[in-house]
Amino acid sequence: MALLEVRDLTVVFQRKGEEPFRAVDGVSFDVEPGQTVGLVGESGCGKSVTSLAIMGLLPKRGAKITGTVSYDGTDLLKLSDKEMRDRRGRDLGMVFQDPLSSLNPVVPIGLQVTEVLERHRGMPRKEAMIEAKNLLDKVGIPDPNRRLKEYPHQLSGGMRQRALIAIALACRPKLLIADEPTTALDVTIQAQILSLMKELVQDLGTALVMITHDLGVVAGLCDEVNVLYGGKVVEKAMRHKLFAEPRHPYTHGLLSSIPRLDAAPGEKLTPIKGSVADNIPWSEGCAFAPRCPNALDICVQVTPAEEDQLGRLLRCHNPVVPGTPAAEEVPV
Amino acid sequence: MVLGLSSKKDKIDGLAETAGVSLAASAWKRLRRSPVFLTGAVIIGIFIAISLLSPWLAPHNPADPMLIDQVVKARNEIPPAQPGHPLGGDLQGRDFLSRLLVGSQQTLIVGVGATLIGLSGGLILGTLAGAIGGWVDSAVMRLVDVMLSLPSLLLAFSIAAMFARPSQFTVILAVAIVQIPVFARLLRGSMLAQRHSDHVLAATALGVKKGAIVFRHMLPNSLGPVIVQSTLVLATAIIEAAALSFLGLGNPDDRVPEWGQMLGDVQKVFDTHPHLAAWPAICIIIVALGFTLMGETLREALDPKNRR
Repeated sequence: MALLEVRDLTVVFQRKGEEPFRAVDGVSFDVEPGQTVGLVGESGCGKSVTSLAIMGLLPKRGAKITGTVSYDGTDLLKLSDKEMRDRRGRDLGMVFQDPLSSLNPVVPIGLQVTEVLERHRGMPRKEAMIEAKNLLDKVGIPDPNRRLKEYPHQLSGGMRQRALIAIALACRPKLLIADEPTTALDVTIQAQILSLMKELVQDLGTALVMITHDLGVVAGLCDEVNVLYGGKVVEKAMRHKLFAEPRHPYTHGLLSSIPRLDAAPGEKLTPIKGSVADNIPWSEGCAFAPRCPNALDICVQVTPAEEDQLGRLLRCHNPVVPGTPAAEEVPV
Repeated sequence: MVLGLSSKKDKIDGLAETAGVSLAASAWKRLRRSPVFLTGAVIIGIFIAISLLSPWLAPHNPADPMLIDQVVKARNEIPPAQPGHPLGGDLQGRDFLSRLLVGSQQTLIVGVGATLIGLSGGLILGTLAGAIGGWVDSAVMRLVDVMLSLPSLLLAFSIAAMFARPSQFTVILAVAIVQIPVFARLLRGSMLAQRHSDHVLAATALGVKKGAIVFRHMLPNSLGPVIVQSTLVLATAIIEAAALSFLGLGNPDDRVPEWGQMLGDVQKVFDTHPHLAAWPAICIIIVALGFTLMGETLREALDPKNRR
């Protein structure tokens, strides 16, 4: 049994007098200790909602969550508020996107680290301060004794994200969810943060769920990748397999839309045409069909089922034939 | 070489020390250079110094009718300025300068007292509404709406008039109650903004307990506008307290001088002796102006939109 087993997770947002909206639609995946699983997709595909649902951070009213999220054999969705609060930070850690706004601006870094240690590990303040110093040291923050007394705005972006990772890992959670942890950082710092996370996952045997829209992050970090589109997993495979042979037209489009440094000068980018606004509901076919270069008539009539193809899960009527070059150029 | 390195490190450490520690520090840096703030601060400084030192500054006992033999009611005669009494006497023949100086004490007590009580009440109500939300929020906010729908001075009069025996305390209470909804609404607004902020979500994701989230993560980040409001409220509280005393709803014991009450006492002789009204009026205006200047500049300095 895996550490985290997400089965058929569905989140429906419902407001009075409005059409219910399925943000996440039957998502399933497993995470083993020491393994990194990626959730990839563009904005609005449901990746963040998935992570918030696992952490139990969605508002009680308005969001209907079904399915199971089983952590070490317990269904997190069935736990009471209090039980869930005790687990958050201790068993489940989370790193957010924007390192500046995710830290309390009026509380020194040190207190924000010790707060978790006092809460979950019952440490007295003094002991917690020593542990906090070790934690900052471990995530590569130089001169931790000074940084402990400083406020978030005195730290650089990269250092803030390191501090947040230190806080998330303070109680050695077995599962860490990182929601686009590098989006707000510049590229050199991104690489540092990613290698830090990779190292920590290996050292501590933490299971990591990596949420990102950046395929570079996936390539560098994830073992298994789930590509989400419109709230459903459209393709799931091990990293090498996915990058070598993307089968779903969406994955294929994502990969071929990455600008390449070795491309000939003047060569046009190959975007995926259209936007999420063009989606059709999954109940009427494939949500990606209106934007899909491979679309057939059946794509707008029958919802494609999830098929297992030699260790790859694929949800497509007309997958890309292996070896197909990037989709034809679309004039920008 | 080693020495050079360590001195370089000291320099870097030194830089970090001066880099400004918090929002308050950076606000202070700007305030120090603002002439408007300094004017307000000087006025308030002098006012507080006078009111604390007035027992020693006042040349005479403000309750002693030492010039009573110069008061002739029938001929509307009031002791004029004379050696030892630079501003003359009042209707009861008491030294006017001494009364003016000692009067600042009452103004300070009422202003600060009313603001503190109003602030505490507002903090409690605002925290309840902003932190719990739901029906508590609705109930508190409707109460606040009701109180705000009445003109503040009228509400203060009604509250003060409810007490059978007016005293200094009833004035403070009346002025304070009127200020509660202002603080409550302000705090609730910024608490709501905090509730949906990233760092509160992050704290929730760490399993931080509800109480700690409210008091460590939401409240301290919501206090900025409330602190600024309290300096502005000090000015209104002083004016409203003066208005209550002017209308006779203040402390009936006129041995303890109070500027508003001094104004009210001289209504009948205002046409012949306008200076008796002018002095306390000018005092009230200057002190209220001082607090307003300070509050406004403080608000600008603490506004994150104005931060460089």
